[in-house]
Amino acid sequence: MSADFLYGVEVVINGLMSGVLYALVALGFVLIFKASGIFNYAQGVMALFAALTLVGVMEGQVPFSHIINATFGTDIHHFGWHVPALLAIALTLVVMIAFAWMVHTFVFKHLVGQEPIILFMATIGLAYFLEGIGDLMWGSDIKTLDIGIPQGGSMWVENISVHLGGEDFYGFFIDKLDITASIVAAILVIGLIVFAQYTKQGRAMRAVADDHQAALSVGISLNFIWILVWSLAGMVALVAGVMWGAKSGVQFSLSLIALKALPVLMLGGFTSIPGAIVGGLIIGVGEKLFEFMIGPMVGGATENWFAYVLALIFLVFRPQGLFGERIIERV
Amino acid sequence: MLYREAGDFKTSYAADSQTFPIKFDRWRYWVVLAVAWLVIPFFINDYWANAILVPFLIYAIAAIGLNILTGYCGQVSLGTGGFMAVGAYSVYKLMTSFPDVSILIHVVLAGFITAAVGAAFGLPSLRIKGFYLAVATLAAQFFLVWLFNKVPWFYNYSASGQISAPERFIGNIAVTGAETTPWAQYLICLFFVTLCALLARNLTRGSLGRQWMAIRDMDIAAEIIGVDPLKAKLTAFAVSSFFIGIAGALFFAVYLGAVEVGEAFGIQKSFLVLFMCIIGGLGSIFGSFAGAAFLVLLPVALKVLGVDILGWPSSTVAHLQLVAVGGLIMFFLIKEPHGLAQLWRVAKEKLRMWPFPY
Repeated sequence: MSADFLYGVEVVINGLMSGVLYALVALGFVLIFKASGIFNYAQGVMALFAALTLVGVMEGQVPFSHIINATFGTDIHHFGWHVPALLAIALTLVVMIAFAWMVHTFVFKHLVGQEPIILFMATIGLAYFLEGIGDLMWGSDIKTLDIGIPQGGSMWVENISVHLGGEDFYGFFIDKLDITASIVAAILVIGLIVFAQYTKQGRAMRAVADDHQAALSVGISLNFIWILVWSLAGMVALVAGVMWGAKSGVQFSLSLIALKALPVLMLGGFTSIPGAIVGGLIIGVGEKLFEFMIGPMVGGATENWFAYVLALIFLVFRPQGLFGERIIERV
Repeated sequence: MLYREAGDFKTSYAADSQTFPIKFDRWRYWVVLAVAWLVIPFFINDYWANAILVPFLIYAIAAIGLNILTGYCGQVSLGTGGFMAVGAYSVYKLMTSFPDVSILIHVVLAGFITAAVGAAFGLPSLRIKGFYLAVATLAAQFFLVWLFNKVPWFYNYSASGQISAPERFIGNIAVTGAETTPWAQYLICLFFVTLCALLARNLTRGSLGRQWMAIRDMDIAAEIIGVDPLKAKLTAFAVSSFFIGIAGALFFAVYLGAVEVGEAFGIQKSFLVLFMCIIGGLGSIFGSFAGAAFLVLLPVALKVLGVDILGWPSSTVAHLQLVAVGGLIMFFLIKEPHGLAQLWRVAKEKLRMWPFPY
């Protein structure tokens, strides 16, 4: 096999890996959208906030230390302890659940029944709010997140694949982190499916997604389900934040992956969990391949827009996405 | 007492269909125009022009543009930043290619170029609706910014990749470049704001505006009663982009003077203008002004309060500003989804009844 072809294959594999991360964020969108019709723009910022909180808890940072220092003239930054990773993850989960409760109680409970576009705008507001709070609480500097996930190229993959090509081929380079992320994402998706199919709360969640009023009439608490869904989305955001944060540091650009998740959703359809995953993979592979093959001809950095244009062209032919429910309009 | 229709008899059709049917409104309108044109230019200084008035006027044009598309025609767009960039880069290319032509003509031409680009990106709106369309307009945002970054022809092959406005004069008064006086900056922006607001107000009152609103309220029903969705949606995209292009051209040429496209016209700008429309009130020209004023004043007020009075570091205040903007948007959506314009409408309703509310 020629080296060029093998490089192409490597690009595809790396695209699949980054597609997994897009799919993780998109998954959080789908969860909330199915259950409450809210298109949650803040999902990416939730990932950022979760990652910031995790780092902050692990390092024992004092929340809001900048404001406290500026107001009272003190100089405090850290409590001086380090929390082990697992405990810190548990604590962050608690924070995300509390956040879900607050979001529901103070914002979306009051917006039930509003037009979808109003809800969307509210989540943009939420995204700004959360981003500001995250920066105020933990500071806006770039942080490294290290919870012991292996990193760097996998020698094992390289050693196996080196024999495939000729002399100028050195084997596939695949980051161990990406492999871990794919495995974690797979476990998460299986866990979510099992939860939705086989538990009482999961069934209630699906009932709410099908029909609010019918679910309400058989005694399902909508409030509880919505908080549950936001908590689940918070959990997915935490996983996405950890993976992305470990890869490129916890910083503001993390929240921009939310934007990348939008074309993923458009491809897959807003209401479909498999759609989010397949869409993520298509976008991941598509943009890497496009950058690899066409990018050098037009000056590179096509990753910024390719996903959106691909989704746009795709939508013109199939407006509900790959797996979305058929859009039926009534007058 | 002052604010009512009673006693104000219309004797001609022209008087009956005028923009402001109530006498008080007409007077208020002329007073505002007179103050803006005849009083403020004599008192304006550098700080007021650069920090508040000029950005307010420019954002007001952009907000009117987006309000036509989102508020009147119901098509959510997140591509405002990209379209502003089109306006800025077309005015730059025009200014450098035809240095003898007046800048006023260049700005209007930039508006028309942006209108063409906007209509092209509006084509998918015939097939894609709602959120899907909002995300599709992101394609315009990212693609256009990338294009202006990567194709050197657009920035005349300058080494930094920035564009900077050459000096241009109207009469012998500098309106762009380093020598510009605050009042000249202010007046040229005010000129375009007046023009755009008049145009927008009358467009939205007329047949075209009614078609847009019919499409917004229910597109299928509108189609059945004979509104052509192709025409209505594409004109909305074109007219909206025309305003946004003018705003982008002024933002670059008059206000900033030199821009780097990703920084000045990024996705944040799209959201900022969208917020102005929401906070001001969707589907209201007055709302566009109110929203622009609010979001231009808020950071200035927070900065004065946080940095100058409380003595916090400016980065903290910048984060606090995010919190405030986000919180206010949620607050407005919960308490008053129709924005500041609705408060104004309610106030007018009360005024009409006053002092005998029964």
